[in-house]
Amino acid sequence: MVEQERVRVVRCGGSELNFRRAVFSADSKYGATRRCRPGRGWSLPGAAGKNCQARRDSLGGGSWLGKGCMRAPPGTRDGAGVCVLCEEGDTPQARGTAPWGARPLPRLSPAGRLRGPGGRAHVSRIGWALGRLEDGPGVDVYATAVALPRGPSFFRTESYIFCVSGDFVKVYSTATEECVHILQGHRNLVTGIQLNPNNHLQLYSCSFDGTIKLWDYVDGILIKTFIVGHKLHALFTVARAEDSVFVTINKEKPDIFQLVSVKLPKSSSQEIESKELSFVLDYINQSPKYIAFGNEGEYVAAVRDFYLSVYFFKKKTTSRFTLSSSRNKKHAKNNFTCVACHPKEDCIATGHKDGKIRLWRNFDDDKKYTYTCLHWHHDMVMDLAFSVTGTSLLSGGRESVLVEWRDAAEKNKEFLPRLGATIEHISVSPAGDLFCTSHSDNKIIVIHRNLEASAVIQGLVKDSNIFTGLMIDPRTKALVLNGKPGHLQFYSLQSDKQLYNLDIVQQEYINDYGLIQIELTKAAFGCYGNWLATVEQRQEKETELELQMKLWMYNKKTQGFVLNTKVNMPHEDHITALCFCNAEKSENPTLVTASKDGHFKVWILTDDSDIYKKAVGWTCDFVGSYHKYQATNCCFSEDGSLLAVSFEEIVTIWDSETWELKCTFCQRAGKIRHLCFGRLTCSKYLLGATENGILCCWNLLSCALEWSAKLNVRVMEPDLNSENIAAISHSSMGSDLFVFKPSEPRPLYIQKNISREEVQWGVFVPRDVPESFTSEAYQWLNRSQFYFLTKSQSLLTLSTKSPEEKLTPTSKQLLAEESLPTTPFYFILGKHRQQQDEKLNAALENELVQLPLTENIPAISELLHTPAHVLPSASFLCSMFVNSLLLSKESKSAEEIPDDVDMEEEKERDDSDEENDFTEKVQDTDNTDLGEDIIHQLSKSEEKELRKFRKVDYSWITAL
Amino acid sequence: MGEFKVHRVRFFNYVPSGIRCVAYNNQSNRLAVSRTDGTVEIYNLSANYFQEKFFPGHESRATEALCWAKGQRLFSAGLNGEIIEYDLQALNIKYAMDAFGGPIWSMAASPSGSQLLVGCEDGSVKLFQITPGKIQFERNFDRQKRSAIHKMLVDRQYMGVSKRKCIIWGVAFLSDGTVISVDSAGKVQFWDSATGTLVKNHLIANADVQSIAVSDQEDSFVVGTAEGTVFHFQLVSVTSNSSEKQWVRTKPFQHHTHDVRAVAHSPTALISGGTDTHLVIRPLMEKVEVKNYDAALRKITFPHRRLISCSKKKQLLLFQFAHHLELWQLGSTVATGKNGDTLPLSKDADHLLHLKTKGPENIICSCISPCGSWIAYSTASRFFLYRLSYERDNISLQRVSKMPAFLRSALQILFSEDSAKLFVASNQGSLHIIRLLEGSFKHLHTFQPQSGTVESMCLLAVSPDGNWLAASGTSAGVHVYNVKNLKLHCTVPAYNFPVTALAIAPSTNNLVIAHSDQQVFEYSIPDKQYTEWSRTIQKQGFHHLWLQRDTPITHISFHLKRPMHILLHDAYMFCIIDKSLPLPNDKTLLYNPLPPKNESDVIRRRTAHAFKISKIYKPLLFMDLLDERTLVAVERPLDDIIAQLPPPIKKKKFGT
Repeated sequence: MVEQERVRVVRCGGSELNFRRAVFSADSKYGATRRCRPGRGWSLPGAAGKNCQARRDSLGGGSWLGKGCMRAPPGTRDGAGVCVLCEEGDTPQARGTAPWGARPLPRLSPAGRLRGPGGRAHVSRIGWALGRLEDGPGVDVYATAVALPRGPSFFRTESYIFCVSGDFVKVYSTATEECVHILQGHRNLVTGIQLNPNNHLQLYSCSFDGTIKLWDYVDGILIKTFIVGHKLHALFTVARAEDSVFVTINKEKPDIFQLVSVKLPKSSSQEIESKELSFVLDYINQSPKYIAFGNEGEYVAAVRDFYLSVYFFKKKTTSRFTLSSSRNKKHAKNNFTCVACHPKEDCIATGHKDGKIRLWRNFDDDKKYTYTCLHWHHDMVMDLAFSVTGTSLLSGGRESVLVEWRDAAEKNKEFLPRLGATIEHISVSPAGDLFCTSHSDNKIIVIHRNLEASAVIQGLVKDSNIFTGLMIDPRTKALVLNGKPGHLQFYSLQSDKQLYNLDIVQQEYINDYGLIQIELTKAAFGCYGNWLATVEQRQEKETELELQMKLWMYNKKTQGFVLNTKVNMPHEDHITALCFCNAEKSENPTLVTASKDGHFKVWILTDDSDIYKKAVGWTCDFVGSYHKYQATNCCFSEDGSLLAVSFEEIVTIWDSETWELKCTFCQRAGKIRHLCFGRLTCSKYLLGATENGILCCWNLLSCALEWSAKLNVRVMEPDLNSENIAAISHSSMGSDLFVFKPSEPRPLYIQKNISREEVQWGVFVPRDVPESFTSEAYQWLNRSQFYFLTKSQSLLTLSTKSPEEKLTPTSKQLLAEESLPTTPFYFILGKHRQQQDEKLNAALENELVQLPLTENIPAISELLHTPAHVLPSASFLCSMFVNSLLLSKESKSAEEIPDDVDMEEEKERDDSDEENDFTEKVQDTDNTDLGEDIIHQLSKSEEKELRKFRKVDYSWITAL
Repeated sequence: MGEFKVHRVRFFNYVPSGIRCVAYNNQSNRLAVSRTDGTVEIYNLSANYFQEKFFPGHESRATEALCWAKGQRLFSAGLNGEIIEYDLQALNIKYAMDAFGGPIWSMAASPSGSQLLVGCEDGSVKLFQITPGKIQFERNFDRQKRSAIHKMLVDRQYMGVSKRKCIIWGVAFLSDGTVISVDSAGKVQFWDSATGTLVKNHLIANADVQSIAVSDQEDSFVVGTAEGTVFHFQLVSVTSNSSEKQWVRTKPFQHHTHDVRAVAHSPTALISGGTDTHLVIRPLMEKVEVKNYDAALRKITFPHRRLISCSKKKQLLLFQFAHHLELWQLGSTVATGKNGDTLPLSKDADHLLHLKTKGPENIICSCISPCGSWIAYSTASRFFLYRLSYERDNISLQRVSKMPAFLRSALQILFSEDSAKLFVASNQGSLHIIRLLEGSFKHLHTFQPQSGTVESMCLLAVSPDGNWLAASGTSAGVHVYNVKNLKLHCTVPAYNFPVTALAIAPSTNNLVIAHSDQQVFEYSIPDKQYTEWSRTIQKQGFHHLWLQRDTPITHISFHLKRPMHILLHDAYMFCIIDKSLPLPNDKTLLYNPLPPKNESDVIRRRTAHAFKISKIYKPLLFMDLLDERTLVAVERPLDDIIAQLPPPIKKKKFGT
């Protein structure tokens, strides 16, 4: 639709502007009309004067860093929308005056909050939630992926895995790997989750906000909140202690933690104060890995540094065991790292920093205690878990190998290797059929009893460094960035799942500290996702640079990328930028690489030397340089006719057909850090951000600076669907987001302090279904969503929906289906019942005329799925409905039937097509909350119904 | 102190033979160890693990089994098919009895100690009754074919390959009916003897598990593997409030590089020995009441007696091996240097003589006279005396024949300082004095043991003036004889711990005695009482670090010009006790490194104490003064011993 309405401006003369060709597209929906002025270039009607004005403003020292500040009031994480607070004593009206300051604010609600009239925007968080977005403006933080203080925890029927992510607890299905619920309610990081030992349909969670919450996780309902008051660091439950749980708190010093038992009073009210704490153990470690309860809660074992302390609840005594060689330097690495208790025997397993596992026995006697050593890990043991029966012990660490020690024997061990990343936590399901490991790369693996990985729940892979930045795969619309070492990950933002990994480096990754690995530094998609270019490098010493560029072609058969061309040392020095020419018209895919060696190279796809001319490969077509400056950035204009390459402080514009240098821009404001062309109506502008904190906009027609602004830009991303460009600046206060059009020096939207840390990368992601914010401020979010990645690798976006709303309906259905566990009884009784049912059915068939299946009749389904208030009157529909239930008349004439069927089929096809359209529109309208259109549209569908209705044969009535 | 020129001798190629069997006697707290050359050593665990007795080996008597029975009677059996009982008092073999079943592979005493069972090569098991004086054959259990009650079959799996036969290397039968077997596939298996079924299986090694020993309480046992690892198994209760118990493998100990051929379990320690010749005593921490000297790990490699004698005048060293003697002339140098310098040799050490024994027996003891012209050595049945004559570079050896009948064997041989007299301690407990003449000898006198005692004298010391002879047995006190009058002069009061070294000081005739508990006494022979210095040091007590050393003092000597100095050494240190200086107390530093150079004399004097200890040379087998300014130190680095052993089982080491 949009495509058809584009006005294409082809070639606008203007030799004095050094343009040979220009392709721009306009979108009539946004009301910008454009006219060609033959022979004299082109311009927007009435735009020039305004731009000049703006330019003067900006040059006159205007700054985007206005006084206004948007900040979330503490504690407003209810997803209510953007919360904008003015500074004390400052009126919002006063702040609107500065040209680059915050826009004049519409209304300020009495509570001091602002709610956007049409849509609500809040930053929502997608990545792993290790850090927290402390006080973003109007933020509702949620984390999709997995960060687990005590690993995942299982439900009895092993249908669910729980994991903590940020302020939420996520409930995943083990069978489908879908997230079925997000338990939200905590106001700070959730630190511990435990199933209620007395009711396995309930879950306890504790948080830094000082509360313990009890959830019904099957329905995702918060049952009770117990307010403890202290910051809770870990939670433990014991079946024996029915009305109390154990939590870790720190009282006085920041480093000293106590294990206390909290009495949970029985009360009917929702919020209960439970301040009755009784002290159990002192001087423990805060992480729940360092504490374990054994023998059904008879004792608790806690480790710290070189000590193992065991507290016996019955005797009320503490035994403490010190590793004898702790002082010895040679054995300085035998610190305790984790502890687990045998479920049946008096046996404590402890993991150590040097990779040893010790099994302690007889620890109720200070003297006769004894331990066994198991040693396989060469690095720290990260977590330990006993199987349910205690016959085997699971351990994992940085080797990313799950080790199963059977019968606690050193020689009797099994391995599950190549799990991809450091095992952080191990959890065993209560029935013992499944294990579950969580990994440092934001992944949960569900493992069967026989050590076969059965499911992987992969969040966004956390890598130490994101070099490639954020990209969008044009085909899958997945977010693409560095994943596992040497891999590109394709991450679906909609389903919050990793789609797949593409191994770029194709070498075995050796997990060793201090080893210099090959790093994937650059990647770019081109030609609508048909091509992918990647650059990998490895530099051991200053002079030894290994560089490799790979070009990957999309293979439709395998639905994946296949390596096409490998270029060794494409440049002499680091490649700084990589871009494809994405113009629709370009017949030849073109790639440009810019490098620190002062050259930029143009690579084109050519026939290879294959005699059948079937193989294609990439070769270097042109090498350009400018005064031996380092090439820092490159960028194609939207139509592909121009190439901008920045050489340190200078921007050069090249004709992409002849590779002639057309013009240069130099602002003398520091090296160019970011460079991009404007799009659509603004395609005559070129934007550059320099290291000295100047944002420049050049007019390509006049070859002059259009405007500039002082802004320390860290991220500059153009929106592919609009003219908008997002820039994120960084200062010591935090990062601010500015959205602007190149044609206007005044930003469309400012969001101050979106993140306290530096934002490293950002990207616009086109929406599948356009939103319809009517508010002017959020209109830029209508067609694309903006995602950005901070330095601590939190992927954030501005969004309107709460996490619960984001759940797809399919996952909710899943919930309903998984009602009964498949026990052996089920198999016996269920089969029996099935047989009975079948028999019954058979009997019924004999007796009764089979009724038509209602599901298959489109009329009924349509009727049932259309909202009631938009349906015509019941009397009107009744006949149609009844009719559809009736048996069609037995055909009398054989000739008629085929035609009829054909026709019906055709109609049905039509119908179905239109149905799709129809539902889409319904969704549309639902979101817009605009009632007027609905009636109109529905009446359309209704007409269809009626048409169909009319065609129904009523002749059977006469037969009666 | 003074500076010394030190001959650092490293050409003593002594390799101890591997340990084959270990037997622990709970009653006397003694440990019997047999080595592959047939030597049997008795260690007194109460006396700081001192090797107090030994029975010399014999080429044909390879010991395969060793056991204590009927209290403190020691039996061994070997591949020659004989059962041997040892006389622990007279230090000789009481009798040897053929079992008539071919080589004997195993032997066990009944719990009461009245019966002895041996397993022979022909498959028969023979039962012997232990009578007070002897053993008597009682029954023969032939190889059972049908009537075996249970046959416990071990699976042959050897690391997944079932080609090799699985050999049971050891079994233990517990009083509750559990049978524990260790086998060549690396398994420790628990069987129920009532039903003959396998109860539990522990795979502990990739190689053979060769030995097993159970504690008397039957709550723990120890196994040794061919990889050199010793595993400890304990019977622990499953939960604290249930009576159910299970065997759990607890601690592995890797103190050996080679096969652990034998293990023993004393109430407080695990004892293991093997091909790498070390005897390792690993105390169990939970059984040791207080953390003291006994709680430390012991590794005994070298015999606690001297294998080297030295001729000071001619600068000769005589090395004693199992079957030969070596005579070496020390090198010499003309160079001088500062403290710590290595001086170049102007003349290399010279191997003068290689003297092989006749017959299959091992040498018990040997000695070279101070003048260097006599060499005497003894085996279990024969005594040899040689006269050496030097003609420039040539050396001629002449055996003194026609040894008297009573000189059949000796436990210790000593020449007097002027090389005119030879003192021989025989294993009947008598001391013989022989006058040596040019080419012949004359028996002077025999000190008979006191009536009623049959204890043999193991250590001898003669005063430099030749008047006094001190002799010590394994337990009784030190007897001092007057050589001129040929009378027993006095007896130093008996002490609880055995004597490890003796010497009589020149001029003062003070007898210095070192005991296995690291005490040193000085006894004035003329006054027949302990000297003042000895009383002082006993009153004040030795430094705690001195008492915590774990090897006994094996040699004491004196400086001719400095009567206040006593020189002594053990395997890891060399010490000069300066009696004129104050004694150290527990707060002072015992092991002072080299004296500080630039500090003022006052401080040095204040910090100085009587014990001057040097740990430069280790393991030190022998150290003595050659003259006033020259020392000779004989070292035997452990790496050199390991290099001469067969290669151990190759194990993959992580990271290599």
